[in-house]
Amino acid sequence: MKSNSLLSDSKVKFIISAVAIIILVFQLSNCSYQPFSQGETLYEYHCANCHMPDGTGLKSLIPPLANSDWLKEHQEELPCLIRKGIKGPLTVNGKVYDTEMAGIEYLNDVQINNVINYINNAWGNEYGDSNVKVVRKALESCNSQ
Amino acid sequence: MQRLISGIVFILLLIIGILFVIPSGESDNGKLPIFGFKDVDNKGDTIYHKIPDFSFIDQDSNIITNETFAGKAYITDFFFIHCPSICPKVKAQMMRIYDEFENNDQLLMISHSIDTRNDTVPALKAYANKLDVNTEKWRFVTGEHDLIYEMADDYFITALVDEDAPGGFDHSGTLILVDKNRHVRASANGTDPKSVDEFLVKIEKLLNEE
Ligand code: HEC
Repeated sequence: MKSNSLLSDSKVKFIISAVAIIILVFQLSNCSYQPFSQGETLYEYHCANCHMPDGTGLKSLIPPLANSDWLKEHQEELPCLIRKGIKGPLTVNGKVYDTEMAGIEYLNDVQINNVINYINNAWGNEYGDSNVKVVRKALESCNSQ
Repeated sequence: MQRLISGIVFILLLIIGILFVIPSGESDNGKLPIFGFKDVDNKGDTIYHKIPDFSFIDQDSNIITNETFAGKAYITDFFFIHCPSICPKVKAQMMRIYDEFENNDQLLMISHSIDTRNDTVPALKAYANKLDVNTEKWRFVTGEHDLIYEMADDYFITALVDEDAPGGFDHSGTLILVDKNRHVRASANGTDPKSVDEFLVKIEKLLNEE
């Protein structure tokens, strides 16, 4: 670059790194405010129509996810449940539900993991964190079907 | 400059025109409007769009006709049981209406299944049981395929068989209020709780008017 150029090399570098740092800080602060924001978006799009935005379900037709003992106790089954659905009676908080839930096949492993993290930690639930490795392992048992 | 002024005048006229064409939410006498095209008969009386005769079968195999709703207002919607998309959300809003007017015998409710193949009478019965509602007040009906889709038209509701839509049917989550004279008087978006807030007010208003 010529010496009379408006922006010297070092200035350009400075501006670029400053912008990068600002973007990074914004990203990080976003994350800390909304722990599972992708999971939340996926939930709203793929699950909330049935399980309701606040996770309360609908009468005896659709079981709740908020404060659900079934959800708490069947963590390993969640990846396959989301991908392949579930059929037959199940009991949530002492109440029997028996309506088929269709699988949501087009969610990939990472998205399934994000949804699980969201429902495990939304609405006062504290059912722990999931990770993609565990989800992949769990999916082995139903992927071939 | 002249072009600019005439352009502005044109747009203003357009806006005023639109304001006149769009009917306001309420008709002049403060009552809910009557939906649909109007006609005038040879005696000079206005004829409004009216829900035609129908005959369906409910979750207990009762035959349901206009007579079932004689002298009463009712809320209606269209749904299907194996609906992967908006139906449960809409049902949750129908449930709000049910809870609010459960003890008001001036209002009934009827949900039409558009999946005439799968939603048999026993399937509708099981569905009603799961919603845990009084089926004298809120009925779930099936019937002849074409008649159900024609009725949707008469209620100004979209319902189509569409292989590409989730679950195989394309339908809106619209809720409709019909008065005792078979006129459609209000509608709401059943997927939007705010729209249903307003709808509840309109229902109340109609029941007071009658
Ligand atoms: C079409 C409606 C529908 C959709 C969409 C849906 N579910 Fe379900 N879900 C059900 C029904 C019905 C059951 C009960 C199944 C049974 O009775 O065997 C259920 C059961 C469950 C259960 C186990 C019971 C409980 O309440 O703890 C979980 C967990 C669950 N769903 C999670 C999800 C997640 C996560 C999604 C979105 C990725 C989702 N569901 C989308 C209808 C739905």
